[in-house]
Amino acid sequence: MKDFQKHIILSTDKLTIGYSSKKQQSIIASNININLYKGELIGLIGANGIGKSTLLRTLTNVQKPLQGSIQINAKNLNEYQSIDLAKVLSLVLTEAMPSKNLTVFELVALGRQPYTNWVGSLTKEDIEKVNEALKLTNLENLKYKNCFELSDGQLQKAMIARALAQDTDLIILDEPTTHLDMYHKAYILKLLQKLAQETKKTILFSSHEIDLAIQLCDTIIVMTNENVITDNPSNLISNGTFNKLFPKDLIVFDDKTKKFRVIK
Amino acid sequence: MSNQITHTRSFSILTIVLIICFIINISLGSVSIPLKDIFNSIIGIETGQETWQYIIQNYRLPKAFTAILVGSGLGISGLLMQTLFRNPLAGPFVLGISSGASLGVALIILGSSFFGSVFAVLLISKWSIVIAASLGSFLVLISVMAVSLKIRDTMAILIIGLMFSSITAAIVSVLSYFGSAEQLQQYIFWGFGSLGNLSWNELSILFIIYCFGIILSISSIKSLNSLLLGENYAKSLGLNIKKSRLIIIIATSLLAGTITAFAGPIAFIGLAIPHLTRQIFNTSNHKILLPAVFLFGAIVMLICDSIAQVPNSDYTLPINAITSLVGAPVVIWLLVRKRKMIF
Repeated sequence: MKDFQKHIILSTDKLTIGYSSKKQQSIIASNININLYKGELIGLIGANGIGKSTLLRTLTNVQKPLQGSIQINAKNLNEYQSIDLAKVLSLVLTEAMPSKNLTVFELVALGRQPYTNWVGSLTKEDIEKVNEALKLTNLENLKYKNCFELSDGQLQKAMIARALAQDTDLIILDEPTTHLDMYHKAYILKLLQKLAQETKKTILFSSHEIDLAIQLCDTIIVMTNENVITDNPSNLISNGTFNKLFPKDLIVFDDKTKKFRVIK
Repeated sequence: MSNQITHTRSFSILTIVLIICFIINISLGSVSIPLKDIFNSIIGIETGQETWQYIIQNYRLPKAFTAILVGSGLGISGLLMQTLFRNPLAGPFVLGISSGASLGVALIILGSSFFGSVFAVLLISKWSIVIAASLGSFLVLISVMAVSLKIRDTMAILIIGLMFSSITAAIVSVLSYFGSAEQLQQYIFWGFGSLGNLSWNELSILFIIYCFGIILSISSIKSLNSLLLGENYAKSLGLNIKKSRLIIIIATSLLAGTITAFAGPIAFIGLAIPHLTRQIFNTSNHKILLPAVFLFGAIVMLICDSIAQVPNSDYTLPINAITSLVGAPVVIWLLVRKRKMIF
């Protein structure tokens, strides 16, 4: 990939995130400058409570930035109408669905809502997009199963398919691998890599699977107490960034195996 | 898609059942009228006896239509509330609509002694009860909506609705304490619910408001479906949560509010019909659920009314009791048989 071909999907400029009430502001992280390019798989890692969720909530317009700006497709995030934002940004969240009595097809088809008419009728094109999303995530044989019949891994795939059907340039996933076993963690992240490459969508996910992220991501955003660093995995390793992630009393990052190990 | 074919078949069967129930409902009553004369009087041909025609056209037909509006309207508003609050225990009255209506009626009936005996006779007419019930539910509704516009969390609205119910129930208790036995009886009779009191004029008013409620419900199908994913997902799909929530609440209030005003607080239907429908249709898709709930609600209400009428006798049992007596065992049986609650 040559630089001049790279098309920026999301960028932040001197972004400060946190919470503000009438009395005071509590800043979680500041001076965040991120550029996410088309077709990239980006991992967001950091210790518990460092502000990964706050960053994702800010990037997805759930909460307002304290300072700085976010641009998606060169347009400021707060200039988007919610329906237009739904056409460029789709989400996969950690929360459980209140109702699992939908078929996989119906669930994925809900991703077409920003495009459908007032009662939500699916056009031929909508059905094609849904089937395409099911095919990309290998869910075709589960199409008419109800969601409560699915395993956690299959359900997560269905949620990803729903985001795909929403047909957006950017997909943001909040900890998509929690509750999954080792195989399915790798499976989901590998699937995300494949989707980024094949569909040229930009996929950003937060995760605690640092070793998998190192192996699969094009770019990793590392959140530490001091700053937010964005780079490719090999640069991050050679700069020793991963060692700043956690307190050093228990685990260290081993450059050779690209994994954390417990200090003996 | 085989699903669609079975649904079309279920809908045709249900429509036929509805028509049969409708005919059964109007052919039963304290006076037995031959089936042929019933058909004749519906299409306007002269019947064997003039009184038969009068009974059917001015009593049984409006009652059957009321049953259809009440059953379907309460069922649909129950469905809206269950989806909005993501709570299988929600019903059309969780927002305090029926308690608001009860308060209005209690003030008129029980509080009439406070207004003085001169007014009492004037006050307790059928229309004054309808107006009092509407005003009561409207007031509670306005308060709940004012609160809901300020509140982010939908669950908080549910709790606030329950609190309003408690407040109104308490006021009704105080009023009952001071009311006379006669007034209490009158109030209790209103609480039994009644389908047979509506004239064609009243029925047409009920029907017009009902239609507004139904139109709003239909326009909410899309947002209801996205709410199945939870509010955050719904928002990420471009849904304006506050606006959709408001439309859903208004639809419910129009339906449940006017029905309560005209037919009294009929409890069970709104909670049970959506569950019955989900168990049988096995889906959460509102495009299927909404018309299915309409049909089931109307059918169940017609059946309950036929039973409450106690065929060939002069008794009319309270419809509010019959809906629970007939409906509750059906829902229990369905849940036990399927061993799984579908929501």
